[in-house]
Amino acid sequence: MTSTASQPAPAATTRTGEPLLEVQGVEKYFPGRRTGLLGQKGNPVKAVDGVSFSLGTGETLGLVGESGCGKSTTGRAVSKLIEPTGGTVRFEGRDVTNLSPRQMRPLRRELQMIFQDPYSSLNPRHTIGTVIGAPFAIQGERPKGGTKRAVQGLMERVGLNPEHYNRYPHEFSGGQRQRIGIARALALRPKLIVCDEPVSALDVSVQAQVVNLLEDLQSEFGLAYIFIAHDLSVVRHISDRVAVMYLGKIMEITDRDTLYEAPMHPYTHALLSAVPVPDPTTEARREKILLTGDLPSPSNPPSGCVFHTRCPKYKNELSESEREHCRTVEPVIEEKRPGQSVYCHFPQVRSDLIDGEPGPIRTTKPKAA
Amino acid sequence: MSLSGPTEFEAVAADDGLAGSGLQGDGNPAPDATAPGIAGRSLWAIAWRRLRRDKLALAGGVVIVLFILAAVFADPLAALYLNIVGRGSETFATAHNTPPRNVLDELTLLPVGAFSGASAKFWLGVTPQAGLDILTNLLYGARTSLVIAGLATALSLVLGVLAGVIAGFYRGWIDGVLSRIMDVLLSFPTLLFSLALVSVSSIITTSSFARYAVIVFVLGFFSFPYIGRIVRGQVLSLREKEFVEAARSLGAGNARIMFREIAPNLVGPILVYTTLAIPNNILGEAGLSFLGVGVVPPTPSWGQMLSDAGGFIQVDPFYIFLPGLAIFITVLAFNLFGDGLRDALDPKARR
Repeated sequence: MTSTASQPAPAATTRTGEPLLEVQGVEKYFPGRRTGLLGQKGNPVKAVDGVSFSLGTGETLGLVGESGCGKSTTGRAVSKLIEPTGGTVRFEGRDVTNLSPRQMRPLRRELQMIFQDPYSSLNPRHTIGTVIGAPFAIQGERPKGGTKRAVQGLMERVGLNPEHYNRYPHEFSGGQRQRIGIARALALRPKLIVCDEPVSALDVSVQAQVVNLLEDLQSEFGLAYIFIAHDLSVVRHISDRVAVMYLGKIMEITDRDTLYEAPMHPYTHALLSAVPVPDPTTEARREKILLTGDLPSPSNPPSGCVFHTRCPKYKNELSESEREHCRTVEPVIEEKRPGQSVYCHFPQVRSDLIDGEPGPIRTTKPKAA
Repeated sequence: MSLSGPTEFEAVAADDGLAGSGLQGDGNPAPDATAPGIAGRSLWAIAWRRLRRDKLALAGGVVIVLFILAAVFADPLAALYLNIVGRGSETFATAHNTPPRNVLDELTLLPVGAFSGASAKFWLGVTPQAGLDILTNLLYGARTSLVIAGLATALSLVLGVLAGVIAGFYRGWIDGVLSRIMDVLLSFPTLLFSLALVSVSSIITTSSFARYAVIVFVLGFFSFPYIGRIVRGQVLSLREKEFVEAARSLGAGNARIMFREIAPNLVGPILVYTTLAIPNNILGEAGLSFLGVGVVPPTPSWGQMLSDAGGFIQVDPFYIFLPGLAIFITVLAFNLFGDGLRDALDPKARR
């Protein structure tokens, strides 16, 4: 689409000097529940299990996957809202993995979050002015011209009426509330914003507005985003690169166009084949890959490749010796084609899953960039 | 845009009030962005609008205000009354210490006439034996009730909110310790303990201030687990809200999160608890005074009046009726107001 095509190629952004964020083998194991009379510890829940990626300034990484795959936990571990139990997070070359909350405070200016639920992410007892002004108050910053002016400027920038400074969150709609959350994240002029499903709770029409706002702000302030979502068309619209997660691991990570047009991992194939296509003839003709079975428990993941229990390829195409390999040897995520890393023993490019056009979100106005 | 005048604003406000019960969760609660009124309608304004429609709660509120006024302005009110009935030379102290002549029967020390000897000079009559003016006694008894119930409630609020917020916020062993302490206190035989405590304390000192302090402590300390549990439960759910995470992602420390982000959301339950705890403490004070371990005479107290009247119930039930009625009306008023407030503050309540 025109709006994103005008941006520099993702690879170029990544290679301008040092990456803004470098995540290496990050793990988050939640302690298992104590069971039995003697209170033995159960298996830890491996919410995130060795996730690695890097992100350049001004770049957007989409993080997709079904519920419970660890994408939100990854976002929270990166922004240090929860402590990773393993791996390293480097921000602007500095290892921030083990910083205490106090040591993190100055870094919070650079690294912000936008939350999923616009209803619970704003304190119902605070006015909008207080909510958006909180970053200044917490960081002890006195913006030029006073906090109120700065807040009203931010409100205007995200498309809110600055006169609503003294209103309370319950007086706003979901989309407006999400704009408030965006203004709050923007207040300290961060370099990276982790967007945790920022549009999942919104109306489709409002989703487009908010996504467009995020894109405008990105080009205006040179923001980098980690965009967590489960809507593949939204992710396709906004991302430069996309990582597909399953059971706490990245299955495939590559640039946006490659992922959608030439995905290699069977799980990516299944996800893409599930995206509805607007044209009914195409929709009826194309192959739908159905995943069977339940998502395995992250406290007791399958041996070998974690996806083999539900892998359509494992089930239908592989020989018995190949299956044996899948069951016993865990694949390593590695570059199978230039810029395309895949966690699979038997990856295969498929370009027949989705037509070249992005999904429904393309109906929104092109950005006047 | 400018305000379109107070009447229109009122009309808009009233409209929203009608739809107010769908406040949270029914799709789009927000008014049109171009609606007049730049100042936000706080949750308080909405609660007040709901409360205004609750006549019973309002009546309770009026009685509460009268009760507080009576307690605070007991001196001028008593003086005014004494002036009206032509006993202007008397003060509260003399009205107490010198039984007025011609009011008590000299032999039995009972008031002359029915209804505790009520007359133009003594509107509600006088007490037997001591011959105290019952109206002034009730007036000053209100002060005793308010001071003790107020201080005891304040004590239980401070302890309860602190314990509840800390237990709910930190969870883990801190929560375990605080919660067990609260459980122990709840299973404590409070009444027996306070009887014992008063006896012990009166060995050390008999000052009326010490007695006040003991009563406030007993009532306040043993009731803080009630508010503590309510607050803890609220905090347990509030701390998981995304706005807490948002504050953390901005670099806020625990203290700020507890007292700036979470605490304001507790004001509703705390307020409701307060209006329901005050009548409890009024009853508690009356009960202790009735048992003879309350405030020391001559400080009047409704419970003490009840206790004194007990011996004369066959002679003239009016003695027991008056302080009983005072306690009943006050407690009922607080409870009605508290219930109304709870409904008004609960956005999901429907009636």
